[in-house]
Amino acid sequence: MASNEEIQSGLAEIVNEETGLAPEAVEADKSFTDDLDIDSISMMTIVVNAEEKFGVRIPDEEVKNLKTVGDAVNYISNAQQG
Amino acid sequence: MARKVVITGLGATSPIGGDVPTTWKNSLQGVSGARTLEDDWVEEYNLPVHFAARVSTPASEVLSRVEAKRMDPSTQFAIISAREAWKDSGLEENLDQERFAVSFATGIGGVWTLLDAWDTLREKGPRRVLPMTVPMLMPNGPAAAVSLDLGARAGAFTPVSACASGTESLHQGLDLIRSGRADVVVSGGAEAAIHPMPLAAFNSMQALSRRNDDPEHASRPYDVDRDGFVMGEGAGALVLEAEEHAKARGARIYGELAGTAVTSDSYHITAPDPEGLGATRALKAAMFDARVQPNDVVHVNAHATATPVGDKPEYTALREALGKHVDNVGVSATKSQTGHLLGASGAVEAVLTVLAVHERQAPMTINLDNQDPEIPLDVITSERQLPDGDVVALSNSFGFGGHNAVIAIRNA
Repeated sequence: MASNEEIQSGLAEIVNEETGLAPEAVEADKSFTDDLDIDSISMMTIVVNAEEKFGVRIPDEEVKNLKTVGDAVNYISNAQQG
Repeated sequence: MARKVVITGLGATSPIGGDVPTTWKNSLQGVSGARTLEDDWVEEYNLPVHFAARVSTPASEVLSRVEAKRMDPSTQFAIISAREAWKDSGLEENLDQERFAVSFATGIGGVWTLLDAWDTLREKGPRRVLPMTVPMLMPNGPAAAVSLDLGARAGAFTPVSACASGTESLHQGLDLIRSGRADVVVSGGAEAAIHPMPLAAFNSMQALSRRNDDPEHASRPYDVDRDGFVMGEGAGALVLEAEEHAKARGARIYGELAGTAVTSDSYHITAPDPEGLGATRALKAAMFDARVQPNDVVHVNAHATATPVGDKPEYTALREALGKHVDNVGVSATKSQTGHLLGASGAVEAVLTVLAVHERQAPMTINLDNQDPEIPLDVITSERQLPDGDVVALSNSFGFGGHNAVIAIRNA
């Protein structure tokens, strides 16, 4: 089970790999679309890579609810515990 | 009077150079880009052909990691060559994007992406097939990426005619400007098919050289011991511009795209018409389009892939179209150096043909040790100056499917 900090830093690595954004820019309150400028295609790639990294499933219909980095961290954390 | 179309920018990434200056310098010296493939898959699949002509500068040394990962290798090559041509043209400033189009060809498209995604689907399931797969594999990917990168809004077109594709992109570019639909067109071609599947497939057609012990001497156009082409990869790009547009901004003009032509054999799906009738018609039509006579032609960049059956019909066509004057024309078979870049070959060869006319020097043909007596062309095998004054050079490309494309370049 990963802590929220570990999930966030793992997510930051995935975002960096996909978009080149510095990992430290991937902060909890940042919006994927408005702040990080991540389009839907990149978002789906990030989601699939996060599923593999954290051993969870993020259904397509949930992805639109993951507006901020914090939303994604919480979702992954809950999914790991569930 | 039709609008004149001039060439104001050149770009290339090829097996003999990562840019135009290097490709051009090596083409004059006679350098082979063919090498033994070090990839594990050569042995894994027991491929009968162990070599190819890869780009001399890997795309990863030019593009950022993040940029490259969203592009199939064919699109990576297209972007590298198009950016060089664009910079060379000096067109960045004050361009009317709505009068700027792209015509960027490929023979096969994103074959690496397509087959990687198929492997992923089988090994990991549909969830792991990434959403960028479709835009990366689509054959219009290179044209679309170039239009996005350079800001072209008058259309992005993708001529697909196998190994004639690159030359067809110039045919289309000329039409777009002459018809008034655009003032500036980036034309070119890109290919990245050095993958085990296309190598196996072309080998099955008996199209590839199997000179595994000597890759640098494997591409032998016109030689009696030619045994097939060498698979190459890369891209070429040319900035075409309406003459008045180029002159108004004081652009450096390399030459004029004076005429083009495309014909189809309707003879056989892969074999060339043995009498070269379709190629002859294309040559004559391109000269007619350029308003030139055979005597004006001083140089030909031939298609000449070095297959046993392909080289001779092109000679027959050249003799038919140019008549006795063919004996006075210096012919370069640059695939002897670059290998065969399939849908990119016509674009890279167009770059070399434009420079030949501009610099009055013709590229070399290597590996011609014993010229086929049935192909008595004046093949350029050493340093060769082209004459002063007004001259014309032709570049031919032919593709599976019976596609014939010819361009005529006149000095500026």
